[in-house]
Amino acid sequence: MAKTLVQEFTKGLWDEIPPFRLVLGICPALAVSKAVEDGLGMGIALTFVLVCSNMLISAIRKIIPSQVRIACFIVVVATFVIVVELVMQAYTYALFLKLGIFIPLIVVNCIVLGRAEAFAYKQGVIRSCADGLGLGIGFTISLVALAGLREVFGSGTFLGIPVFGPSFQPFSFLVLAPGAFVCLGLMLSIMNLAKK
Amino acid sequence: MGDYMLFIVSCIFVNNILLAQYLGNCPFLGTSKKMETALGMAMAVVFVMVMTSAVTWIVQIYVLEKFGLVYLRTIAFILLIASVVQFVEMFLKKNIPALYAGLGIFLPLITTNCAVLGVCIINVDGKFTFVKSLVSAFAYSGGYGLALILFAGVRERILLARVPKPLQDTSIGLVTAGLMALGFFAFKGMV
Repeated sequence: MAKTLVQEFTKGLWDEIPPFRLVLGICPALAVSKAVEDGLGMGIALTFVLVCSNMLISAIRKIIPSQVRIACFIVVVATFVIVVELVMQAYTYALFLKLGIFIPLIVVNCIVLGRAEAFAYKQGVIRSCADGLGLGIGFTISLVALAGLREVFGSGTFLGIPVFGPSFQPFSFLVLAPGAFVCLGLMLSIMNLAKK
Repeated sequence: MGDYMLFIVSCIFVNNILLAQYLGNCPFLGTSKKMETALGMAMAVVFVMVMTSAVTWIVQIYVLEKFGLVYLRTIAFILLIASVVQFVEMFLKKNIPALYAGLGIFLPLITTNCAVLGVCIINVDGKFTFVKSLVSAFAYSGGYGLALILFAGVRERILLARVPKPLQDTSIGLVTAGLMALGFFAFKGMV
C-alpha cells in the first residue's frame, strides 16, 4: 500500500513523531530542552541535516554497494553536519556555544541514520525529502514542547521572557539533568495514553 | 597525582556521561533490560572508548591541526571510530574468540553510540594531554558502565512490578533513569 506524498510528510508529525513514537534521538532531546530557544535551534539544525542527507542518499542509492552502505551514510551525514556547524558558528554564535557538543553529535543521531537505512535507501528523492521534512519538523515540535514545559516551570520564563511575575518560585528540578529524564518519561506516557 | 584522582572522580560521578551529560542514551535504554547485555555493552564501551580516544587524539594533533583541517574534525572522527570498531571486531574474532563471543553483537552498535564520539570531542575541546585523554576516556566509560549496570539491576526488578499501562517500557525506564540521575546529582558538591 503506497502512501501519498502528503502522508509521508504528515506521518512524522503525529504517527511516528520522534522521539515519542519513534524512540530514537533521545540524547539531544534530553540535553537541549533546557530552554525553548535551544530546542528550536537544535530542531532546525536536525531538520536541515535530515532533509539533505535523505535526499542525497536517495539520489545515489543505486550506486552505493549494500556492504558498505552504513559507512557511506555516515560520510554523507557528517558532511551536512559540518555545513550546519560552520553556518551556526558564523551566524548564531551564542546558540552555537550553548548547543556545543550536540551539533557534531547529530552525526550519530539515531534518527538520521535510521531514516537513511529504513527509508531513503529504498525510496525516491521527493518521497525521502517529504519524509525527512516531516520527521524533522515533528522532532522540532517535540523538542519545543518539552523545552517549553521545562523552561516555563523550571525557570519561569518562555523564550527568556518572564511569564509568572516576580513572586514565582522556579521549580529548578526541571532544568537539571534528573528533571529532563523524568519529564521526557512522563511525556512519553501521556503520548501512550493518547494513542488509545 | 591528586589532580588526577579528583579528575577521575569527577568524570565517573559528578559529570557522569550518561546521567549528567546525557550522552549515549539510546543504547542505555536498549541494552539495559537484561543484566547480561548490560555487562557486555559496558565492557565494550570501556574497550572502544579508550582506543578511539587515543587514535582521535593523535589524528587531531598530528594531522588535523598540523595541516589546518580542523573543520573536518567531525567527519574524520566518526570515520576513525567506525574503522577502529571494525578493526577491534576483526581482531577479537580471530585472536580472542571468548571475548568476541561476549562483546560481539555490541561492537557494531558502538559506532553510533554518541558517548564515544562525545568523549573524543570533549578530550580535544578541553585541550587535554595524551595521558589525560586516556584517563578521561577510562573514567568516563567506567562511569557509563557503572550507570548502565546499576540501571539494568533496577530494570530487572521493574519487570516484576505492576506498572500502569501507559508508563510501561521506555517511559518507566526514563523516569527511573531520572531518579538515578538525582542520586548521582548528590555527588555535585564533592568536586
